[in-house]
Amino acid sequence: MNKTVHTTTNAAIKPTVDTNKRSKILYAVLFAGLCAAPFVGYPIFLMTCLCFALFACAFNLLIGFTGLLSFGHAMFFGSAAYICGYAAKVWGLTPEISILLGTISAALLGWVVGWLAVRRQGIYFAMVTLALSQLVYFICVQAPFTGAEDGMQSIPRGKLFGLIDLGNDIAMYFVVLAFFVFGFWLIYRTIHSPFGQVLKSIRENEQRALSLGYDVDKYKLMAFVISAALAGMAGAVKSLALGLASLTDVTWQMSGEVVLMTLLGGMGTILGPVLGASTIITMQNYLSGYGSKVTIIMGVTFVVCVLAFRRGIVGEIEHRLGKK
Amino acid sequence: MTEIFGVPIQALMGQLTIGLVNGSFYAILSLGLAVIFGMLNIVNFAHGALYMVGAFFSWLLLDQLGVNYWWSLLLAPLGVGLIGVVIEKTMLRWLYQLDHLYGLLLTFGLALIFEGLFRDLYGVSGQPYELPDIFRGAFNLGFMFLPKYRAWVVLASLVVCVGTWYTIERTRLGAYLRAGTENPKLVQAFGINVPLMVTLTYAFGVALAGLAGVLAAPVYQVNPLMGSNIIIVVFAVVVIGGMGSIMGAILTGLALGLIEGLTKVFYPEASATVVFIIMAIVLLIRPAGLFGREA
Repeated sequence: MNKTVHTTTNAAIKPTVDTNKRSKILYAVLFAGLCAAPFVGYPIFLMTCLCFALFACAFNLLIGFTGLLSFGHAMFFGSAAYICGYAAKVWGLTPEISILLGTISAALLGWVVGWLAVRRQGIYFAMVTLALSQLVYFICVQAPFTGAEDGMQSIPRGKLFGLIDLGNDIAMYFVVLAFFVFGFWLIYRTIHSPFGQVLKSIRENEQRALSLGYDVDKYKLMAFVISAALAGMAGAVKSLALGLASLTDVTWQMSGEVVLMTLLGGMGTILGPVLGASTIITMQNYLSGYGSKVTIIMGVTFVVCVLAFRRGIVGEIEHRLGKK
Repeated sequence: MTEIFGVPIQALMGQLTIGLVNGSFYAILSLGLAVIFGMLNIVNFAHGALYMVGAFFSWLLLDQLGVNYWWSLLLAPLGVGLIGVVIEKTMLRWLYQLDHLYGLLLTFGLALIFEGLFRDLYGVSGQPYELPDIFRGAFNLGFMFLPKYRAWVVLASLVVCVGTWYTIERTRLGAYLRAGTENPKLVQAFGINVPLMVTLTYAFGVALAGLAGVLAAPVYQVNPLMGSNIIIVVFAVVVIGGMGSIMGAILTGLALGLIEGLTKVFYPEASATVVFIIMAIVLLIRPAGLFGREA
């Protein structure tokens, strides 16, 4: 991916004391807001937002910080949702173990898919991931345990560590929030680590990173596995929070949705995907009665974002602030 | 009855012709993708959607206006081509300086718009397209019955594919195109209108998709989802064959259609996934694709 996409992250490379302090305050305020949110808003809706926000953040680690467009991220989200749901429903495992199983399976799947996909660059990478996710989709359609068209329904939330009953929406919300914060923190740490700097250098100029002696494919694969694992974690948490894992989670439309969330919020920004995901989920919530018109609106949003709004919401804000 | 590996030869040949028909569509679509990618450096995600639009145009022409199959074979691709001109002139044009990924994202958005639009208007149940009288019935080849329409689809596709290949590889116009792919600035300096050529290339590529849609209309039901079902398979075809070679795209498309047909006979469970599995194997053995040269 070339430099036209990302102009916003340079500030993150050399954080001045001032911006560091400001962002700390921003994160603290956001966290406080998220803690207070379920007492004001509708917990189920908020949990959906958080799960998709984590999904989009995981996706953004690839597109925004490594320059890889994965057009098949739904396969990690959806398959982990099935595995976690199966573990909780059929094996009766506790939620944290089920989520862990879902996450690990997504990481393994990510390792295999990434290992195949990093063999091709650029646009082919997107097509390979899309095709492989379609393969996973067909497996999910045919596999006996997924419930095919009906999906896996009434997945029990169970008791956290066998102690805390998650039947209560507020309790479940804070579990979801904990996973979200953990995932967000992990991505934040990854981006700001030396490893993250190498990823950005691959994004800016793959050839040069290669010539500097970095094993580019290995770095890409590692980023892909982390991203897949966190996308899987988001899917697993979602299946428990909503009690549902379905084919919708594995479709290419879902892969497209997460691309749109990230694009709208701002690729390569840290908070962009969170904002993008919340916007899209809110939009879908309000428009759920309009059926296929939602698809049209999503398509139009895509086109408008690509043509006129490539920085996304957060990217645009950062750009305006940076100018002053 | 004669059998091959325990499968009646009739069933085997039947699936093979269906495979060949599917392969013809893969070939036309991946050919169009390759032509567009060569000139515009854009992977046209809307290709499947425009194939669907082509099928809908021919159905609407027949259903609403009573225009017969032969005319829609001409008019529907023209209509799709016009849509292509509009898309290129108003949107794609602004993306050439940017990363290739934006082209994919924009055309993905367009695909969603087309699909949503037709779903909104006609629902997801398929609309049957009446076969023209001349194509009713089948040829008796002795060892099998070959439905006339399937023979026609394969024949027509082959003519279109070979014609396109010939135009690009062997004519003066094709030489301009290939030169424009290599070095647009230099070609422009020779006094050739490159922007126009780019527009027409895109229009031609999507018109091919529209034509495939018309050919497909009587085979499958005309359905708003038919485009997205096929485009991902075609992407896999393109990854296997590589977009560098026109002939490569055609041959890979036909071959994969046949393999899919064979899988339907011998191991039907895998018929939906076999193309993707082959893609994975090709990535392992020849990462650049069978006819590939990395862009």
